[in-house]
Amino acid sequence: MTGELTVRGLTIEVASGANIVDSVDLHVPAGAVLGIVGESGSGKSTVGLGLLGFAKPGARIAAGSVQIGGVEMIGVSDQELRSRRGTLVSYVPQDPATALNPSMRVGEQVAELVRYHTSLGERARLASVIDTLRRVQLPTDVAFLRRYPHQLSGGQQQRLAIGIALSCSPDLVVLDEPTTGLDVVTQAHILDEVRRLGAETGVTFVYISHDLAAVAAVAAVVAVMYAGEIVEEAAIDVLVTQPRHPYTRGLVASVPDHVTALALKGIPGVAVGVGGRRITGCQFRDRCVQRIGRCDDHKPLLEPVGSDAWVRCHAFENTPRVEVHEREINAERRNGAASLLVVEDLRAEHRSPRGPCVVAAADVSFEIASGECVALVGESGSGKSTIARCIAGLHPPVGGSITLGGERLEGIARKRSKQQRRALQLIFQNPYDSLNPRHTIESSLVWSAKQLRGVPAEEARREVAELLNTVQLPARTGALYPAELSGGERQRAVIARALAAHPDLLVCDEVTSALDVSVQAAVIELLLGLQRDLDLTILFITHDLGVVASIADRVLVLERGVVLEQGPVTQVLNHPVDVYTQRLIAAAPRLNDRPIAPAPRVVNETLHGV
Amino acid sequence: MTSVDLARSPDDVAPAPRRFRLRWPSMARTPLVKLSLVGLLVLILIALFGRYAAPYSPTALESVPYSPPSRHFLLGTDFLGRDVLSRVLYGGRSVLVVAGTATTLAYVFGLTIGLLSGFNRSWLDATLMRTMDVLLAFPPILFILVLAAGAGAGATMLIVGIAVVHVPSIARVVRAAALDVSVHGYVEAAVARGDATRHILFREMLPNISSPVAADLGPRVTISILLVAGVNFLGLGLAPPSPDWAIAVAENRSGLGIQVWAVLGPAAMIAALTFVTNVVADATARSLGRNETREATPL
Repeated sequence: MTGELTVRGLTIEVASGANIVDSVDLHVPAGAVLGIVGESGSGKSTVGLGLLGFAKPGARIAAGSVQIGGVEMIGVSDQELRSRRGTLVSYVPQDPATALNPSMRVGEQVAELVRYHTSLGERARLASVIDTLRRVQLPTDVAFLRRYPHQLSGGQQQRLAIGIALSCSPDLVVLDEPTTGLDVVTQAHILDEVRRLGAETGVTFVYISHDLAAVAAVAAVVAVMYAGEIVEEAAIDVLVTQPRHPYTRGLVASVPDHVTALALKGIPGVAVGVGGRRITGCQFRDRCVQRIGRCDDHKPLLEPVGSDAWVRCHAFENTPRVEVHEREINAERRNGAASLLVVEDLRAEHRSPRGPCVVAAADVSFEIASGECVALVGESGSGKSTIARCIAGLHPPVGGSITLGGERLEGIARKRSKQQRRALQLIFQNPYDSLNPRHTIESSLVWSAKQLRGVPAEEARREVAELLNTVQLPARTGALYPAELSGGERQRAVIARALAAHPDLLVCDEVTSALDVSVQAAVIELLLGLQRDLDLTILFITHDLGVVASIADRVLVLERGVVLEQGPVTQVLNHPVDVYTQRLIAAAPRLNDRPIAPAPRVVNETLHGV
Repeated sequence: MTSVDLARSPDDVAPAPRRFRLRWPSMARTPLVKLSLVGLLVLILIALFGRYAAPYSPTALESVPYSPPSRHFLLGTDFLGRDVLSRVLYGGRSVLVVAGTATTLAYVFGLTIGLLSGFNRSWLDATLMRTMDVLLAFPPILFILVLAAGAGAGATMLIVGIAVVHVPSIARVVRAAALDVSVHGYVEAAVARGDATRHILFREMLPNISSPVAADLGPRVTISILLVAGVNFLGLGLAPPSPDWAIAVAENRSGLGIQVWAVLGPAAMIAALTFVTNVVADATARSLGRNETREATPL
C-alpha cells in the first residue's frame, strides 16, 4: 500500500484574508488511522476537506502541500482533482442523510461512482457494488439494492456512505464526524467498522471528531486542533494521560466517563476562531491558566517533545497532570426529603391523522425528591423528550398523573396555575433556538420574571445583573441579542431565564448535546453549583451516559417509552441489571478504554489521580 | 450568590458584539433608492399639503376647456376648464389616504389571522384558512364592484373593499412564515410559561416573520393604489366633482388628443407614487433580511 499522507504547511484563508487553517503539518503512515480532534470553529473539517484539495466557497487554499502516496493534491487542475477524488482519496461527511442522494436507490448510489471512475461493464459493476456492500456488512440482496436512503437506518446510511467512499479503493479516506448523529450502539458498530477496515484493507484513515473518546477508540495518533492550528499531536495514550498543551489538558478533563462518576472541569471562555477572529501570539492565551508574558506577542511553534509528540506552547513544561476527581453523589439525600415531582403511570402518545399511533411513554412512574438530580437516559426515540414535554405542559398525556409539590398538574400549561408554571422551568436542547432572536437577553429575563412572578418590569430589570452573574455571564450580556453569544453563553442565558422565575424544579432536556465538550463540562459544573446553592431539583434528560454519571444522583433508563431500570447512578452504571442498559454501557466509548493500551491499569490510576 | 468558580468569566473573550438593528440609513445605499425615498416624501407632501400651494380652486371653472399650458395655467385646463395643476395638487389626498388606510387595515387583520392559523394548528386554522380561500376566489375588482353595488360608492366602501381583497393573501403568507416560527424553542417556552395568545403571536412570533412580511409590503401598497385609482376611474369610488388623480384621468381621456396634460399630469403622479413605493418597500425588506439573525449551526 502506498497511501502515506504527508501534509506540509496547509494554509486555508477566507476572503477577508484571515487564516482559518494555519500552516498544518501532518504525517500518517500508510494503513494507519489519524484522529483530528477539535471543537467547533477549530478548523478540523476545513482541514479534512483540504486533504481532498477542496475549500468551501468563500475560502481558498492559500499555501501548502498535501501528498497522498506521493501524489500532490494542491495546485492541481480541477479536472485532475475530480479524477483523484474517489480513487485516491474520498470523503465521508457528517450527516449521511444529507450526503446520500434521496432520489437514488442504494445500488445506483454505489454504482454511480464506480461508473464515473472505471470502465467496467454492467455485470462487473454489479459485482463491484455487491462487493462494496459486503465490505461494510450491509445486505446485498436485490430488495436492499432497490431501497432508497430514507428507508435505511442511520447506521446503515453511514455504512453505505463509508462503503461508497471505499468503492473505488482509495488510498486515503477522510471521515468527518461520521458518528455524531448516531446512537451509542450504532456508533460503536461504526467505530468497529473503521477499525476493521483499517486493518483489513490497509487504507489510511483520517478520523475527524469533536469527541475525544470516540477518536480514542479508533486512532493510534491524535492531532488536537484549536483556532486553525494543531496545538498538540501525540499517541492517544500519551495524549490522554499526559497532555502537554493546556487546551488538551482542559479537553481531557472535560470528557465525562460513565463508569467513574467524574467531577468535570470545563475550559472557561469562548474559542477563538468561532467568529473568524484571530489574535496575535498564542491563540489559546485568553482561556489559558498558565499564560506567561511571551504568550501575548510570540506565537508558539509546534515543537517536538520526546520522540513522537509535538506541542505548541511556550510553557508546556508547566502543564500539570490531569487531575480528575470522583464526585460526591448524594444518593442518600432522597431518604430525608419529600418528593417534589411525582409521575405516576404517565402515558403519552404521538398521533398523526394517517400514521400509526406511537406510544412515547407507557405507564412511566418515578419520583424526584426535593434537591435531587435525577437523570432520564435513553436513545433517540425512547420517549425521553416527550416525558419532559408532558411535565412542562407542552404535550398533554393520555393517562396517568403528574404531581408537583403535592398539586396535580393539568396536561396543558395554560390550565396550570401561575404558581405551578413558575415552580417548573424547562430548559431546551438547542440554545440556538430557545431564545427569541429579536429580544435582548435582558428583555427575555425581565419578561419571564414579569409573567411568572408578577414583579414590575422596573424591579425585574434590577435583578438582571445578579441573574447573569449567577450563571457567570457578564452584566453587559443583558444588552446583547442571542446571535451575539456563543452556544455556551446562550445556554447560560437560557438557564438565567429559567432562574428568573425562581423555580423549584428544572427540567433540562438534552441541554448540553449541542455544546462542545469543554463548554458542556462548564454548563454541568454550573448546574451542579446551582443545585447546591439554590437548592434546586433537577430532572436531567440525556442520551449521554458519561454526562449522567457526572451530574445525576439517580438514573432512570428508558427504552421505547418503558422505564427498564432505575437506581442510584453508580449502581446502575457499574452493575446494570437490564440487558439493554448493559448494551448501552458496553457501547459507550471511554477515554481510557482504548484498543492499544499498553498498561490499562496504570492509565486508569493516573487519569483519576487515585 | 453562587460559589461555583471558573478561572475566568466569559467576559474576557466574548466575541466582538455585532448589534442587531434596522439599518435605515444604509438601506438607501443605491442612488435609485435614495431618489425614490426623496420622491416618496415629496409625493406624500404634495398629496397631503399640495392644496395649500394650489393657484386656483380645484372646482372653479377658470378658462375654456382643454386650453393648453400657459403662463396662467401651467398644465392647462381640463374638460370643464378647471386648472389641471390645482386639481393635481388637490387630488392626491384621496388616493393616499384610502390606499394607506385600506392597506393598514388589511395588515391588521391579515397578520392576526395568519399568526393565529400558523400557531394554532387545529380546527381554528382550518376554519380561518377555508374562509380565506373563499375570499380569494373572487377577482378583486369584481368583489369591489359587487360591494359598491350593494353598499353604495364612497371612501368607506373603498377602504373596506380593498382591505378585504388583501386580507386572504396576507394571511396565507403570514401563516406560512408563522408555521416555520411556531416550532422554535422560544415559542414553546412561551407556551410553557402560559403566556397569553396575543403575547405569543405579537411578542414572540411577529418580530421573527417581519422580513417575509416586509418583502410582500411593496407590491401590496402598489396594488392598493392601483385599485383605488381603478375603482375611481370606473366611477364607483369617489364622486366625480371631487379632485382625484384617477377620476381626472377618466374625465379627461376624451381630450387626450387636444390637451394631453390633463391626463398625463394626474396619471404621472399615480405612476410615480406606485414606482417609488415599490422601490422603497423593497429596499426596506432587503434591509430587514440582511439583518435577519443568522444562526450559527451547532456542532
